[in-house]
Amino acid sequence: MSTPPPDARSEHQDASRPDGSRAPDPVRDAGADADAAAEAEAAVEAEADAASESGRRERRLHPVTPFRRAWAPIAVLAGTALHDPNRAQRTFTEMTFTSLLLVIGVVVPLAALYGFLSWWVTHFSVTDTELRIRTGLLFRRTAHIRLDRLQAVDITQPLLARFFGVVKLKMDVIGTDSKDELAYLSERDARALRAELLARAAGFAPETAHEVGEAPVEHLLYVQPRTLVVSLLLSGSVWALVLAGLIVPPLLWMATHSVGVLIATGLPLLGMAGASSVGRFVKEYGWTVGGSPDGLRIDHGLLDKLHETVPPGRVQTVHIVEPLLWRRRGWVRVELAVAGSSNDLLVPVAPRATAEALVARVLPGVTVPRELSHAPGRAGWVTPVWWRGYGLRVTDTVFVARTGLLTRRLSLVPHAKVQSVRLTQGPWERKHRITDVHVDTGANKTVTARRRDADEAAALLSAQADRSRTGRREARPDRWMASPGTDRPGDPEGDRPG
Amino acid sequence: METGTAEMPDTPDTPDTSGGEPAWIGLPRALLSLRRLLLVVWLTPLTVATGVLLGVFAGPVWAVFAVLPGGLMAWGWLLLGRNWRSWRYAERVDDLLIKRGVLWREETVVPYGRMQLVEVTSGPLARKFGLASVQLHTAAAATDATLPGLVPEEAQRLRDRLTELGEARSAGL
Repeated sequence: MSTPPPDARSEHQDASRPDGSRAPDPVRDAGADADAAAEAEAAVEAEADAASESGRRERRLHPVTPFRRAWAPIAVLAGTALHDPNRAQRTFTEMTFTSLLLVIGVVVPLAALYGFLSWWVTHFSVTDTELRIRTGLLFRRTAHIRLDRLQAVDITQPLLARFFGVVKLKMDVIGTDSKDELAYLSERDARALRAELLARAAGFAPETAHEVGEAPVEHLLYVQPRTLVVSLLLSGSVWALVLAGLIVPPLLWMATHSVGVLIATGLPLLGMAGASSVGRFVKEYGWTVGGSPDGLRIDHGLLDKLHETVPPGRVQTVHIVEPLLWRRRGWVRVELAVAGSSNDLLVPVAPRATAEALVARVLPGVTVPRELSHAPGRAGWVTPVWWRGYGLRVTDTVFVARTGLLTRRLSLVPHAKVQSVRLTQGPWERKHRITDVHVDTGANKTVTARRRDADEAAALLSAQADRSRTGRREARPDRWMASPGTDRPGDPEGDRPG
Repeated sequence: METGTAEMPDTPDTPDTSGGEPAWIGLPRALLSLRRLLLVVWLTPLTVATGVLLGVFAGPVWAVFAVLPGGLMAWGWLLLGRNWRSWRYAERVDDLLIKRGVLWREETVVPYGRMQLVEVTSGPLARKFGLASVQLHTAAAATDATLPGLVPEEAQRLRDRLTELGEARSAGL
């Protein structure tokens, strides 16, 4: 028991950032703060700031916004009425004149006033370095979203919003969530704003960024609805859920004859079956991938429309998934991980060659390796049967690991995106000199090369650390249009008009 | 319990600099003392209580069951020692290496340029023992690079060095 040195006592919680500019949470809340004085000061500062810097450019959302939650009470009323029509009618006729007056005279205007005010106090502006969203009626909140940290831009159009011609725009930066969405904007404004955000993030001069306009899109891939349907029909998981939904409820009925049990199990099953078949079709309908200097454009959706733009160099991991029944047709699904983005699909279904060409575009200079080195035979003692599905290949640019026997899953991580490398080994694995190699990436995805030879893994560990360091050095700048000198030949790059 | 025990080639406090291997540094002995103290503090009353209660209410023969928590304590005493000995870290030119675990081993490499945040914490008990822990965060949440107990001067030196190297080699996402 040594007496602590004096400074140890004061060392309660000491945090420091090696790289101050890369704070994990780029969104700072200036409202909802206990310190009222500081809050007021910050608000005033922010306001003065905004006024002086770009007062003319501070904008409001589309006027349809206040109505975006108007459907909720109506839906609740409609739901209750449908649930028990007789009682609803009785209640309605029994309602006195005063209570009707109360609803119409107080509740509706109050709700309308709240909707209007919350729209009125919400502003957004684009400065040279950030997108600012100022909002909040009682608790002010100002989000400063840094443009150079931009990972992707999403434009979403829910079904109802399509009738009004409005869309939601979200800038994906690590740490942003649905609060930082701009909902709603008119379609034209959203496109212009997206173009401006991307131009500024790309490193165009601030004076011209406003006029750069949309980058030209080159069509790369369109998934035919027919192909999509066939691919869904050939998915084992879809069949399993649909069959379960069709078989389990009748069996339960025969066993229990209880409506409650039937509904409690049947409905979720049917829901899951629907979501995995019809839901996926609706979501993945009309899947279009385009390439532009601003990166990849992904558009899809039958009812809700989604448009995503992923700038170059933002993809952390790519997975090529090959379900068993797709193998004869040579189809694959390509998933991708972008930090801070909720979309994880690049192509729902495509022939392997097309998919690989697309992957080469997403990860420049990467070819999907054909041959992988298998796990050593003694891995069978650790993981019987399934060890045959494991494979690994490390090229100059990517770390590639494969898992899965029936549904093969090939994961590619560019060396430049590797955050840390880990080896793990349990007692049973050590007995057979087997080790797992984990590669962690920034999108909170870990790719694991399973059941490698222990010596090989140890060599891999140090080599991988070196590769990830040099890989990053050669990677493109975050502001992808800033220094064209670094572009490699074969990159999907072109000059932009304007 | 002796399955898979590979004896460590050197004592943790003497860095091995031979043969191009990085200089491994172990954790201070105070950490082991702290953990053993905690073990004893929790299990001694349990042992005594088991023995006394069973002895009084169920007969003296039953008091033999007090051996169980006692044995657990002895076993834990040895386990903690081995676990403590297994922890080691090394600073290389461009990355930090952390090795740990006896049965389930883990080895982590974090390039300095990927560090987002270096955190030094020490609770009241740890401070009494002159210990502070250092944790590194990268953009990947799975990165588990923690040194559970270091002498405060070493923790500060490491923090400053990591911060400095992180700035020099900054790479981010």
